[in-house]
Amino acid sequence: MTQLQSSAGRGSGATEPGVDQSGKKMTFGEGGLAFVFAVLALSCITVAAKTHDAAYAFHAYLSAFASLAAVFVILNRYVDRPAALPALEIDGKPNYNFGPVKFATIAAMFWGIAGFLVGVIIAFQLAFPWLNLDLPWTAFGRLRPLHTSAVIFAFGGNVLIGTSFYVVQRTSRARLAGYLAPWFVVLGYNFFIVIAGTGYLLGITQGKEYAEPEWYADLWLTVVWVTYLLVFLATLWRRREPHIYVANWFYLAFIVTIAMLHLGNNATIPVSVFSPKSYIVWAGVQDAMVQWWYGHNAVGFFLTAGFLAIMYYFIPKRADRPVYSYRLSIIHFWALIFIYIWAGPHHLHYTALPDWAQTLGMTFSIILWMPSWGGMINGLMTLSGAWDKLRTDPVLRMMVVSVAFYGMSTFEGPMMSVKAVNSLSHYTDWTIGHVHSGALGWVAYISFGAIYCLVPWLWQKRELYSLRLVNWHFWISTIGIVFYISAMWVAGILQGLMWRAYTSLGFLEYSFIETVEAMHPFYIIRAVGGVLFLIGGLIMAFNLIMTIRQPDLAEAGTGVPNPSLVPAE
Amino acid sequence: MNETYRALAEFAQTWGLLYFVGIFLCVLAYALSPRRKAQFEDAARMPLRED
Repeated sequence: MTQLQSSAGRGSGATEPGVDQSGKKMTFGEGGLAFVFAVLALSCITVAAKTHDAAYAFHAYLSAFASLAAVFVILNRYVDRPAALPALEIDGKPNYNFGPVKFATIAAMFWGIAGFLVGVIIAFQLAFPWLNLDLPWTAFGRLRPLHTSAVIFAFGGNVLIGTSFYVVQRTSRARLAGYLAPWFVVLGYNFFIVIAGTGYLLGITQGKEYAEPEWYADLWLTVVWVTYLLVFLATLWRRREPHIYVANWFYLAFIVTIAMLHLGNNATIPVSVFSPKSYIVWAGVQDAMVQWWYGHNAVGFFLTAGFLAIMYYFIPKRADRPVYSYRLSIIHFWALIFIYIWAGPHHLHYTALPDWAQTLGMTFSIILWMPSWGGMINGLMTLSGAWDKLRTDPVLRMMVVSVAFYGMSTFEGPMMSVKAVNSLSHYTDWTIGHVHSGALGWVAYISFGAIYCLVPWLWQKRELYSLRLVNWHFWISTIGIVFYISAMWVAGILQGLMWRAYTSLGFLEYSFIETVEAMHPFYIIRAVGGVLFLIGGLIMAFNLIMTIRQPDLAEAGTGVPNPSLVPAE
Repeated sequence: MNETYRALAEFAQTWGLLYFVGIFLCVLAYALSPRRKAQFEDAARMPLRED
């Protein structure tokens, strides 16, 4: 039997008995990784035994357990596998490795629902404070980073890792590099999410927005991320296409920049290996600047560049049209990455940050408008000549609306970075509205579109279970987004105006608590918008489960997978 | 401190500006050169090719 088992790549299951195992040797990677995990398990148990911090001990035990599980899985996989590693090609066609992509897709959907749910809970907590339950674990201050990390890093991160592993293979016509490495990236990243999330609930945080995990979680993420970069680069290295498709440039910029930002913003010194606490090497306003250099570029490179890569692959693919202008996409790429990196100081307007740095951040934010809209036009115009597909294909409609939201929030952002506007909008709910028009409208919608495309492709199904349900998802979520962002616009501007209102005698007209009370109706509308968005997510999850449970393409009796559109019944 | 700032600001406002404009022109030349037209048109079709 010479046909090799691909690791779930072609939908083949576990190794059948009778597979050729003669002359099998353990690779250096398998042995080395199992050994490293065994040592890690021992170290974690030592730390768990010696620490005085219960939450930290819990994390150490969790890590020890995960490390032992990793050793077991690696050895078990070795015992079961045939002597030869999966072939790079079968019959002249690349033997794609889609196992890790499938895992990341399911994980994204799971974390997405969890993140939306926590978002709904904290939205209601703001409207009805008794929902904090007077418990430390359920307080808004702990649940809020749980929400942001779950939607950005758990949902968004899994979408990015999954789609990047898919796109880099398909556009390179090469199998993903590494045997264990892609699985290490996907599983290791999700383990980081678990450590981060449970840490927030138990009170472990370094208090940096969007970078809350403490030093040990940061170190782990660094190892995972460097492996991610290497897997991605090595796959590009073995590509059979002469040109690297533009989506891969965006993915690469995302991976490299996030590595750089993560290292810069987490330059901390732990108190001791037996303590979760660490101190950052930067001080005062420099620390604030590094934090927002990180924070804004997390928006720029995680939530923008990475998802633009999705736009550049999945919209042309779904519309069955090449991208409107490939040349514009190149200019878009270089302009975006060169300009974004300078925009961070606009988060620190009217603070101790020197004026010139604030003005610099504002200027670059305004310049950023141009590449952003260049990219938006490129995405939308890809539909030229195929606009009728918007009527019949709700998946494509979702992605096109996401690009429209991208255009809208990249107009709003530079506007809010102008100091005069910022003096009204800063610290108000307008900012929250802006973030969510980008996060729900752009990031989540392009992700939903990509997942709706990916699931039938990966599981070899003819089409989604139901396009009607996609339609329902689209409209319910869109109404939710409109509720959310319009409530926050009104709330934010009202808040800003109330804060700066003076009486004729020069006293502040409103006490702070009066401005909080005024927010109550808007907070309820916002929470309802969140509920609608969550319902949309649940409809999607149901649709995906039913899609996976459909008979396979081969059993259904059709030939080649056809990812292009099939209209609803 | 003020002197250092002034020197750095002057450098950024002159050579920094030229550097960025230079890079942007290079990108434009690369992207718009007629020599690469066919190559880019082919690249744009990469996601649509099935194997």
